[in-house]
Amino acid sequence: MPETVSLTIDGLQVRVPAGTPVATAILSSGRTSFRRSVRGEPRGPLCGMGICYECRVTVNGQAHLRSCQIPCQDGMDVQTDG
Amino acid sequence: MTPAAFDVAIVGAGIVGAACAAECAQAGMRVVVIERDLVGGGATSAGMGHIVVMDDSEAQFALTRYSQNLWNELSSQFPADVEFERCGTIWVAADDEEMAEVRRKQGFCEARGVPAEILDAKALEEAEPNLRTGLMGGLLVPEDGVVYPPCAARYLLERAKDRGAVVRLGQPAIEANREGPRLRDGTLVPARVTVNAGGASSPSLTPGVEVQKRKGHLVITDRYPRFVHHQLVELGYLKSAHSLTSDSVAFNIQPRRTGQVLIGSSRQYGVDDLKVEPFMLQKMLQRAREYMPGLSRLSAIRAWTGFRPATPDKLPLIGPCPGQEWLYLATGHEGLGITTSLGTAKLLADQLLNRPAQIPVEPYLPARTKQGSTHA
Ligand SMILES: Cc1cc2nc3c(=O)[nH]c(=O)nc-3n(C[C@H](O)[C@H](O)[C@H](O)COP(=O)(O)OP(=O)(O)OC[C@H]3O[C@@H](n4cnc5c(N)ncnc54)[C@H](O)[C@@H]3O)c2cc1C
Ligand code: FES
Repeated sequence: MPETVSLTIDGLQVRVPAGTPVATAILSSGRTSFRRSVRGEPRGPLCGMGICYECRVTVNGQAHLRSCQIPCQDGMDVQTDG
Repeated sequence: MTPAAFDVAIVGAGIVGAACAAECAQAGMRVVVIERDLVGGGATSAGMGHIVVMDDSEAQFALTRYSQNLWNELSSQFPADVEFERCGTIWVAADDEEMAEVRRKQGFCEARGVPAEILDAKALEEAEPNLRTGLMGGLLVPEDGVVYPPCAARYLLERAKDRGAVVRLGQPAIEANREGPRLRDGTLVPARVTVNAGGASSPSLTPGVEVQKRKGHLVITDRYPRFVHHQLVELGYLKSAHSLTSDSVAFNIQPRRTGQVLIGSSRQYGVDDLKVEPFMLQKMLQRAREYMPGLSRLSAIRAWTGFRPATPDKLPLIGPCPGQEWLYLATGHEGLGITTSLGTAKLLADQLLNRPAQIPVEPYLPARTKQGSTHA
């Protein structure tokens, strides 16, 4: 059994294997829109490697973090803006 | 002599040239604007767009206050992209000496009918929770505001065009004489008067005009709505910006309508290219972090530079070039050209039309300078 961690995504409790990128956790929770562009269009991960900045979310209150670059941690609070 | 096709040819479509074009066209003059590059693409696109009343001198106060009132009057007509916001300025005091300056400034404003409110340490903290603790207080000047300068320039130029002004893009004017300015391809644009509104490049059209490049850096962040609410400027700014010789940085930060945070500013002389210099950027951001530690957690998305058109006495040049009565200057606005563009346009049109001016024009006449006196 791999070790798991528990976090909240938009208030919803989810449990994922340790080391899962936040972006993957968000996708597996069923969301595809992570945030809104300046003109209000839905946006989600594109490159998966920290270059495009499309996957930004708010983690523990801090806005505009790239969810594809951050491993999930126990007790993390993730907010999407999709 | 054949009558000139235009009453006035304005060289440069930055905020100053655009404002002059709008004012002259509004007054019924036949106007042509000559721009070698993009409308508002010079210092105007690099500036912060802080519309601010300043009090270094009575003349600087008169022009900034006059202009600020004009911005506020015009604001109801702006399209959304001008991003006009009357957010107010807070001058931030870090020590007793700067708090004394807050009181002096407040007295200065009050005596001249400009609302200004002293904030103590607690009131400052409530107004701007992201400032560091331990600051002494500040001065809130609520009638100051911000605009997005390139769109403001475009709007002013559209106003001019609506009133018949012609805009010629893509070629520089290489000389200005009695018949009008001449373009690089040799075309003469026939005009009674040429106005040099070339910003930091104005010496290229009028050699000897006392305008120097004063480079500035800015950084903009991603969108963090409500991180900062007013334009915040450190009062140490007065000490550093006053020095005409050395490089300096100051804490100067602005909330944009998009939620972005615009972080300034630096001042450098003797640098001739627009490259972003990591050393200056680092110094500037370090200064900003000293006032707002939380800035370290924000992500910056772009940095750029621009040239302020600086004069030796820090006042713009507005009026006829001595010895060349067909040539007028509207340049040298240094770090205040967004603010003072509208007042400048009025004072220029007043002189061209022999209209009475609302504020004394003498402090800004080119004849006051060394260049002026050698020609006179
Ligand atoms: C970092 C920075 C921050 C600033 N912040 C503020 C602020 O908060 N508030 C404020 O009020 N001001 C601010 N300023 C100052 C302000 O940006 C300038 O004073 C103002 O933009 C000057 O406008 P301008 O029209 O004279 O010059 P420019 O915008 O440079 O326009 C001159 C135009 O003339 C054209 N031109 C020049 N020569 C020729 C020629 N021979 N033929 C054809 N075209 C020509 C150029 O291409 C250019 O488009 C700031 C400046 C900088 C650099
Ligand atoms: S998906 Fe491109 S930076 Fe995260």
